[in-house]
Amino acid sequence: MSLNCKDLLGLEHLDKKDLQTILGSVKLFKSLFTRSVKKVPTLVGKTVVILFYEPSTRTRTSFEIAAKRLSADVVNVTVSTSSIVKGECLIDTGKTLEAMKADYIIVRHSLAGAPAILARNLSASIINAGDGFHEHPTQGLLDLYTMYEKKKKLERLKVLLVGDILHSRVAKSNIWALTKMGAQVAVSGPPTLIPAGIEDLGVKVYYDLDEAVKQVDVVNILRIQLERQKENLFPSVYEYVELYQLTKERLRSAKKDVLIMHPGPMNRGIEISSDVADSSNAVINEQVTNGIAVRMAVLYLLNPKRKNESSN
Amino acid sequence: MSLQIKNIRIVDPSCNKDFVGDIYIENGKIVSSLSSKADKIVDGKGKIAVPGLIDVHSHLREPGQEGKETIYTGTRSAAKGGITTVFCMPNTKPLIDNAPTVEFILLKAQKEGLINVFPVGCATKGSFGQELSEIGVLKKAGIVAVSDDGAPVSNSQIMRRTLEYTKMFNLPVISHSEDKELSKNGVMNEGRNSTILGLRGIPKQAEEIMVSRDIMLAELTGGYLHIAHISTSGSVELVRQAKKKGVKVTAETCPHYFTLTDDVVKVYDANTKMNPPLREQKDVDAIKQGLADGTIDAIATDHAPHTQDEKNQEFDLAPFGIIGFETMLSLVLNELVDKKILSFSEAISKMTSNPAEIFNLNGRGSLEQGSIADITIIDPQYSYEFNKESIVSKSKNSPFLGRQFKGGAVMTIVDGNIVWQSS
Repeated sequence: MSLNCKDLLGLEHLDKKDLQTILGSVKLFKSLFTRSVKKVPTLVGKTVVILFYEPSTRTRTSFEIAAKRLSADVVNVTVSTSSIVKGECLIDTGKTLEAMKADYIIVRHSLAGAPAILARNLSASIINAGDGFHEHPTQGLLDLYTMYEKKKKLERLKVLLVGDILHSRVAKSNIWALTKMGAQVAVSGPPTLIPAGIEDLGVKVYYDLDEAVKQVDVVNILRIQLERQKENLFPSVYEYVELYQLTKERLRSAKKDVLIMHPGPMNRGIEISSDVADSSNAVINEQVTNGIAVRMAVLYLLNPKRKNESSN
Repeated sequence: MSLQIKNIRIVDPSCNKDFVGDIYIENGKIVSSLSSKADKIVDGKGKIAVPGLIDVHSHLREPGQEGKETIYTGTRSAAKGGITTVFCMPNTKPLIDNAPTVEFILLKAQKEGLINVFPVGCATKGSFGQELSEIGVLKKAGIVAVSDDGAPVSNSQIMRRTLEYTKMFNLPVISHSEDKELSKNGVMNEGRNSTILGLRGIPKQAEEIMVSRDIMLAELTGGYLHIAHISTSGSVELVRQAKKKGVKVTAETCPHYFTLTDDVVKVYDANTKMNPPLREQKDVDAIKQGLADGTIDAIATDHAPHTQDEKNQEFDLAPFGIIGFETMLSLVLNELVDKKILSFSEAISKMTSNPAEIFNLNGRGSLEQGSIADITIIDPQYSYEFNKESIVSKSKNSPFLGRQFKGGAVMTIVDGNIVWQSS
């Protein structure tokens, strides 16, 4: 069982069968977590480089743990954002890592398409750990898995994404994965944070959050970057909280067993109230646990192709 | 030096002629017969002679950015594409906002260039959009138009003054129409594809607002407005309506705007990044319609060379622009003539007689007796693949790499001299 591709750049490029394959593997890897020895020898002798051009704790740690549980050798490389413009160019950095025989390069970058450019220029497997406003495929997969695990189905599942859809790579990956699996996806946020042509992706748009939460099965809340206010995308944090904070009050019209998700890190008291974040409907910490299993599955299922590799 | 081209199909849109015959050239001019035996005779059987192509929008990068292109390499690239005259935009380093830079370019072109190079001067000093440049002095030095091109004049008062002041010199004002606030940080067309790719979009309105404003200012002042590289259906319609009203406005587009849509951006290839950006199918269709009904007068390349290193990086970081000299004619033939959008003669007029008329290039854009002997010889059967190895330009940033073409220039004649021919 494997995916027929070298890289994971986005969920746009996967089909339903691929997604089902991944979900199946995640379940297997997750079952390891309750054992006393959580490690398997799947990637012994393989080198995984985690190349992050943006600060991240959660995703980087998650990938590192995933790779280590598969017995890979893991190297962390953090590049400060300022050197994107000034320092060594992306392709040269990639080629340097390849010369060190990295089998997998997991890349996070503030600019969309950076992993695609690496994938085009290198033979190592490239895994996109979030690129600009493009995609964050492993987050999309862990959200998908968490919904599937909790709701036992994805077909016709009603999922609402709330907040800054325009700048959210998480939203994009969620939309691709969920629509491919037959879920009904809606987004809610101010018109200034809804990207052009989003309806073409099979998504319903609600400006009114109270209207949007009615009868939904899952609410996935996105982090709002406070600096968006300076771009006049919303007038003030106060007003954003008034209109888009997910509160207990607002959730009354949702289903009783509505699932509350957040990719983290949360701005408590801004996009989500603490009582919602800490409620029994919230599965935010389970998302983190599932993230490791998802990343193990992805590392396991991709097919790194190495030029001139001697047989082993 | 005299030259005779025998048995060639002669298509001259400037006087609506299309016949098979001979062309005679003496002392750099087209004549009705030679005073003595021709120094050189070229057999034109199966080929087509048209007035030398005029490209009113290009960037030759010299002075200041010779790593991308020089007058030497750029004019050779243009000659290979059948182009005999190029306008070079003023965003060089230093900018073409002073007479010595105009003189430098003209001198350099005379010394090292292969074809005619006509500089476009800055509309405002430093292209800052604050003070008019010394347009009279620049005109005397040799500019053929003014423009701040990629740094368009945002202040409407300054644009009004530019359109007004240039009237006395009969100099067209070329507008790169872009509302810089609306397009800020954008790197591709705003729409479904920018959403999917996660790239910041440039709405069509960023272009159309300025097309609209500049048309209104042309109407107010009676100045001569030429809209550069229009890319949207809305812009086409604005120019169409303005022409109906009698406003002195002309427009150009580029081959990529009638050939490609933003679907080709898909793999983050920065060779698909230019400004204005590639739009959608309905815009491509509208551009073709605008060319067919005469709303769009001219086709230009917006040849904008950048090095491979600059282009082979993150899409956001790569500069805007693609090269165009070596593909313009073949794209016009394959996308417009072969697809019956324009007749052959109409298509040629957009690159010859029309730009010559708009920019008052007396004696060019025509094969009539007495004209300057700038001639492009086209072989309609010439098939080739456009690839990196064949590119003469110093830069290789084209979205058309790997494309098959049928029909192209096989000989370029400037001032009666054969400056390039296919081997």
